[in-house]
Amino acid sequence: MHIPDGFLDPRTAMATGVLAATGLGVALRQVRRSLPPRRVPLLGLSAAFVFAAQMLNFPVIGGTSGHCLGGVLTAALLGPSAAVIVLSTVLTVQCFLFADGGITALGANMFNMAMVGGVGGWAIYRLVGRLRNGLSGRLFAAMVAGWAGTVLASIACAGELATSRTIEWPVIFPTMVGIHMLIGIGEGLITTLVLAAIAQARPDLLGLAVPGPATPEPHESSRPSASPADPPWTASVFRERERPGAVIMFGLLISLGLALFVAPLACPWPDGLDKAAERLGFKDKVSETVAVRPLLPDYKIPNMRSPIVATSVAGAAGTVFVFGLAWALARALAPKPDTRPPSGTTAKLESPG
Amino acid sequence: MTRADLAHGHYLLGRPIHRLPAGVKMAAAMGGICAIVSIPRAHAPWLAAAAAALGLAAIPSRLSWKFLARRMVLVGPLAIGAALLSLFQPGGGKAFLFLVAKAVLCLFTMTLLAGTTPFAEMLRVLRTIRMPALLVTTAALMYRYLFVLSDEAGRMKRARTSRTFTPHRARSWWNSATVLGHLFIRASERAERIYTAMCARGWP
Repeated sequence: MHIPDGFLDPRTAMATGVLAATGLGVALRQVRRSLPPRRVPLLGLSAAFVFAAQMLNFPVIGGTSGHCLGGVLTAALLGPSAAVIVLSTVLTVQCFLFADGGITALGANMFNMAMVGGVGGWAIYRLVGRLRNGLSGRLFAAMVAGWAGTVLASIACAGELATSRTIEWPVIFPTMVGIHMLIGIGEGLITTLVLAAIAQARPDLLGLAVPGPATPEPHESSRPSASPADPPWTASVFRERERPGAVIMFGLLISLGLALFVAPLACPWPDGLDKAAERLGFKDKVSETVAVRPLLPDYKIPNMRSPIVATSVAGAAGTVFVFGLAWALARALAPKPDTRPPSGTTAKLESPG
Repeated sequence: MTRADLAHGHYLLGRPIHRLPAGVKMAAAMGGICAIVSIPRAHAPWLAAAAAALGLAAIPSRLSWKFLARRMVLVGPLAIGAALLSLFQPGGGKAFLFLVAKAVLCLFTMTLLAGTTPFAEMLRVLRTIRMPALLVTTAALMYRYLFVLSDEAGRMKRARTSRTFTPHRARSWWNSATVLGHLFIRASERAERIYTAMCARGWP
């Protein structure tokens, strides 16, 4: 989903840049306020973790393999503000070091993957997580949020590419969203499995109650800083202090971005930016600087509308399917409260399939 | 994307283009990319001029052509895959070529920048232009522990494979996920130790 250089026109690049910079500013302010200094290295390590996680391949059908994107996983582990910083850093380093994703499209990539995918996915994770209690609720929510976050990010990405007139909306929307509905299932699965693995070894990292009398697990005795009374690190420290203000700001920014890039394309009203440009009188200037000229001024291909309908239907079916899958996963992966052995780590989980 | 790829070219630090201040190179790369991106389709021949300029810049950098080509091949498919979609719209052939040419030129510019400028110097530039310290610290730590963590993941995965006898697909997903979960736990514990070490060395 990394948009390369040259795929966005200047106004889209600038608008997404402003959105991403504002979101990053909100996240920095929030983290500076609530993050204790000793957690600062955790941001860098988490960024390295996301990068390393993206290098680990998961086998898919045939010889192909995929990797996780890690947006919702990071947000679920660290909270939305820290996740925005971590994911933005990952994207920046990928851009400068590996030329993965363009530098003029950096704002758009940050907006799509860190804000829409990460924070949007996190919001879904928190909302859906209320449906069930404890770990099984978390796992259920992680599956749904991992899928929905990926799909949402791909919708935003398609909207930006179409607003830039690089690829027409009737072409890009079904392709992009269709592919990411499949990728999202993998992403949701990985997110759920990783959270289940973490919950098995260190439930305190997820802010879950530690089962049994205390935490002295066999391998933990060698850890110098670990004592039952003072767990070395709890992610809940982040989450509890997450102020609603930052979350509301993220929500506003995401809605603004989707309203700018997706809503005008998905509904027949005139393009908001076009209208603003027209009203402010710089439309001619804008259209001169548009790098790729519109190939079809107003798409009037009637049969190209049907893929969009088909994609919407597939989206609804996909949502139902993912909810079912999430429910099954949560049942299979979360240990029953009464059968859980007190020591915690000796519980062997069954294979997820 | 290996460690060798990253460090490639940095042994050539004595060469003129490597000795240029990182800020100058970054500004030039940014300017170049903005210029390439803003070339309108009516003036497509300018892309050839940009390509020639980039070629001229690549010669004194002494980066091996093999390395440059490999980096382009690694990242190129993403750009081409996205651009392929433009073929599915009327008049897409020219638009496709134009998009791919632009993306490849920008990619080449960034590869050149990354090949001639150590990342630590780029970070120093970012710090000088007053990027938020938290971001620069995060990026620096990420760069430092990138390969430490991915090596660790590789070792954990190998250890897991050697102990797990059934290469069942569902099993292998669970195994990889366990590796990732434990990688995060280890990373958070490492972060704790790093903080202690940073404080011992006088970090504010």
